[in-house]
Amino acid sequence: MYSEKVMDHFMNPRNVGTIDNPDGVGEEGNPSCGDIMKMYLKVENDVILDAKFQTFGCGAAIASSSMATEMIKGKTLEEAWQLSNKAVAEALDGLPPIKMHCSVLAEETIHKAINDYLVKTGREPWGEPAACSTCGHDCDTCGE
Amino acid sequence: MDHAATTYAAPEVVAEMLPYFSEKFGNPSSVYNIGQENKTAVDAARAKVAAAINAEPNEIYFTAGGSESDNWALKGVAFANSRKGKHIITTAIEHHAILHAGEWLQSQGFEVTYLPVDKFGVVSVTDVEKAIRPDTILISVMYANNEVGTIQPIKEIGSIAKAHNIYFHTDAVQAVGHVPIDVKAEHIDMLSLSGHKFYGPKGVGALYIKKGVRIQNLIHGGAQESKHRAGTENVPGIVGLGVAIERAVQKMPVEAPRLARMRDRLTAELLKIPASHLNGHPTQRLPNNVNITFEYIEGEGILLLLNMFGICASTGSACNSASLEPSHVLTAMGVPHEISHGSVRLTVGERNTDEDVKYVLEKLPEIIHKLRSMSPLTPKELK
Repeated sequence: MYSEKVMDHFMNPRNVGTIDNPDGVGEEGNPSCGDIMKMYLKVENDVILDAKFQTFGCGAAIASSSMATEMIKGKTLEEAWQLSNKAVAEALDGLPPIKMHCSVLAEETIHKAINDYLVKTGREPWGEPAACSTCGHDCDTCGE
Repeated sequence: MDHAATTYAAPEVVAEMLPYFSEKFGNPSSVYNIGQENKTAVDAARAKVAAAINAEPNEIYFTAGGSESDNWALKGVAFANSRKGKHIITTAIEHHAILHAGEWLQSQGFEVTYLPVDKFGVVSVTDVEKAIRPDTILISVMYANNEVGTIQPIKEIGSIAKAHNIYFHTDAVQAVGHVPIDVKAEHIDMLSLSGHKFYGPKGVGALYIKKGVRIQNLIHGGAQESKHRAGTENVPGIVGLGVAIERAVQKMPVEAPRLARMRDRLTAELLKIPASHLNGHPTQRLPNNVNITFEYIEGEGILLLLNMFGICASTGSACNSASLEPSHVLTAMGVPHEISHGSVRLTVGERNTDEDVKYVLEKLPEIIHKLRSMSPLTPKELK
């Protein structure tokens, strides 16, 4: 069902945890949908020095969080913003179609964390955070 | 630890089946000897299935498994009795073979009442009686639930159905071979069963249809199964089903208490993990079923980690299925979605030992802890 890379990032997730006094925090998902991703960023001169995550979710959600944090570390905010869910999924050697929403969750969580940082530093957020489209089903709170 | 999903076919079952693939390969409908030899084998299996549930051999019809049996019972009764009425009563926690067949019947002009269950997954007998209308033609309530193991008050529901002259079907796929069943004493008119749940082969099952029940055929063609279910018989499968059910019933007095001891040990120890809850009825449940929810984590992750340790289990979590919907059974029992995602079902079986139980009890708490330490929902004191 999952690629070796997904299993590797699920079994040995990179960057699990929190950052004390983070510069940006983003959270996306909903427990009733079965997925919540939370990311913490350490940013200096608009470069992401460190990223950590906590995830409630399936194997694909945990692997996507792990891979996404790996991919944004050392990137500028703009580069990190450009990281698409597709790129996260490709870096994991693909996700089953039903699990693609997990990579979307990662992309949206990064956007939220970046916007949190921008707002905290007195800047305008970049674009509207996407409405929750993480679930793939129509639970009340997800707005789908 | 996932025997409710399927069991292996027992070696003695396979041994009985083997000759019917290549040596004794005759068609039971043929008049010559090797054909008749197969007819005899099929009828012997029929007698064994009948004996296991206290039915008559001519009330047993072989099918391709539980789903076909469930579909046949619902659709067959619906179409044969539509002049009397178009109302069917069932429950919200049935297997999809019943729920989806019911939905399809609704599209054909039938009405289906899906009764709720209580927090233990038990259907109220009073609710069943209250739901009966003059146009009710069938009550279908599963014997034991596949996810949470809760056993329903089948005899009481059967009595009500009988008193109101309504047919009563039970999907006993999870119960046959695990708990004693007596279709006469429990007033059951139709019963579905499937071979691979009690160490028989996959792809073969049976529907018990009490003599006199008005039911349409689903599969039309030849005159097999007393003209009620066409198609050349799956003779090896049927032979295997017969051996397996006879074997399961014989072993039950020793095996069921042994499994129940393992079940109870697993349950008691796993409930020591903080923020864990047993799903299903505490006592009125299958001897092999443990279903526990661990808060703050998601079931698929638990299964993947268990698998790394060679432990097979199941979950009611949405993320493990193609639909992304959480378990309809847990939802019907009132378990909130955010909690039902963290449910794990362990179903012990013949080859499981106390050592296996010990191994699971070593590994599972570690796994819960690992996933909880990653989850943003976990309270600090549990990390």
